[in-house]
Amino acid sequence: MGPLITQDIIGGQWNFVIAFIIGIGFGFVLEQAGFSSSRKLAGVFYGYDFVVLRVFFVAAITATVGLLFFSYFDWIDLSLIYVNPIFLKSAIVGGVIMGLGFIIGGFCPGTSVCASAIGKIDAMFFLGGIFIGILLYGESFSLFKDLYYDKVPVDKMVFDALGISQGTFVLILILIALAAFYVTSLIEKKVDKVEY
Amino acid sequence: MENKSTKYMNPYLAGVLLGIVLLAAFFFAGRGLGASGAVKDTIATCVITVAPTHAENSSFFGKYTKKKESPMKAWLVYEMLGVLLGAIISGAIAGRFKLKIEHSPKISSRTRLIAAVAGGMLFGIGSQLGRGCTSGAALSGMASLSTAGFVSMLSIFGTAYIFAYIFRKLWI
Repeated sequence: MGPLITQDIIGGQWNFVIAFIIGIGFGFVLEQAGFSSSRKLAGVFYGYDFVVLRVFFVAAITATVGLLFFSYFDWIDLSLIYVNPIFLKSAIVGGVIMGLGFIIGGFCPGTSVCASAIGKIDAMFFLGGIFIGILLYGESFSLFKDLYYDKVPVDKMVFDALGISQGTFVLILILIALAAFYVTSLIEKKVDKVEY
Repeated sequence: MENKSTKYMNPYLAGVLLGIVLLAAFFFAGRGLGASGAVKDTIATCVITVAPTHAENSSFFGKYTKKKESPMKAWLVYEMLGVLLGAIISGAIAGRFKLKIEHSPKISSRTRLIAAVAGGMLFGIGSQLGRGCTSGAALSGMASLSTAGFVSMLSIFGTAYIFAYIFRKLWI
C-alpha cells in the first residue's frame, strides 16, 4: 500500500500539504519534549538531563519497528523508502563538524527552528549561522568536492554492513537503548542538577 | 522557581510520538524528516535570485538552476514551515513564549550569541558534507536502518562528547 504518495495512491499535489502537516507534528513534539531549550539539550553531554537520548532513541526505534510491522502486514513497500546513501568519509567528517557545532551552539537545525519559534534569541542567531555556513559551503564547494564524493565500499544497510540479520540488529538496538535508559537514569541521579 | 521538569512532556512518550510522526513521513511520502535541507533550498533560491549567472556557474548551486521549479517548492521547505507552526502551537499551549537569550550564568549573553552563530555555521557546513543533519541523516537514517544514519549519529554525538569538557563553561 504505502508509501502512498510515492505510489500515486495519494496525488502528488497533496505532497506539500502532507509535508506541512507532518512538520507541525514534528515541531509540536520537539517543543513539548523541551528541545527548544539549548541548556536542556546540552544536558545530554554533561549528564544532568538525558532527554535528547531518550526522545531520539525511542523515536528511532518506534519508527524502525513500525516500518518492520508495516512491511510484515504489507502496508508498506520498504524498497520504495528512501535510504540514505553511504559515503563513509564525508559522513564521518561532516558528523565531526556537526558535533562541534552542537557542543558550541547548543542546537541542531531542527531544534533551532523550534526554539526560534518560541522566542529564543540564541536560537535565531544559531539559525543565522546555519545560513552563513551553508552559503560558505556552497561557495567553496570545490574544496569539499573530492571528500563529498569519495566512496568507500560499505553496505548501504547497517545490518548487512555488520553481517547480521535485520531482526537481530533491531533486537540488539532495543537492548542497547534499554541499557542506555537505565544507565543514564543512574547518572542523572548522581550529577548535580543544573537550573535553567 | 517552579519545577520545570513537570512542564515538559515525558521524554519516552515524546519519543513514541516523534517516532509515529517519522513513521507517518515514511508511510505517506516514502522519506524521513529533515531540517537542514530546507535551509539549503532557501539559500539556493536567494543565490539564484540575487546572482543568477553566478548560480549557474556554481558547482553547488548550478544544479538548482537547471530545474524549472523554484527550489522553494520542496518537501522539506513545507515540512519546516510546519515545524515552525507546530512549535508555536506547543509554545502557546505551554505558555513558553518569551524573547530571551538562554545561557549559562558563567558566560555573557554576547558570548552565547557568538557561540550560537559559530555553532550554526559549523552545523551548516557539516550538514552539507554529511548529507543531512541530526534529523535527516541521523534520526531518519537510523530509522530506515541505513549505515549512513548510524555513522552520522555516532560521529555527531561522539564528537560532541569528546569536546564537551573543553566547552563546559558554555553550559554548566
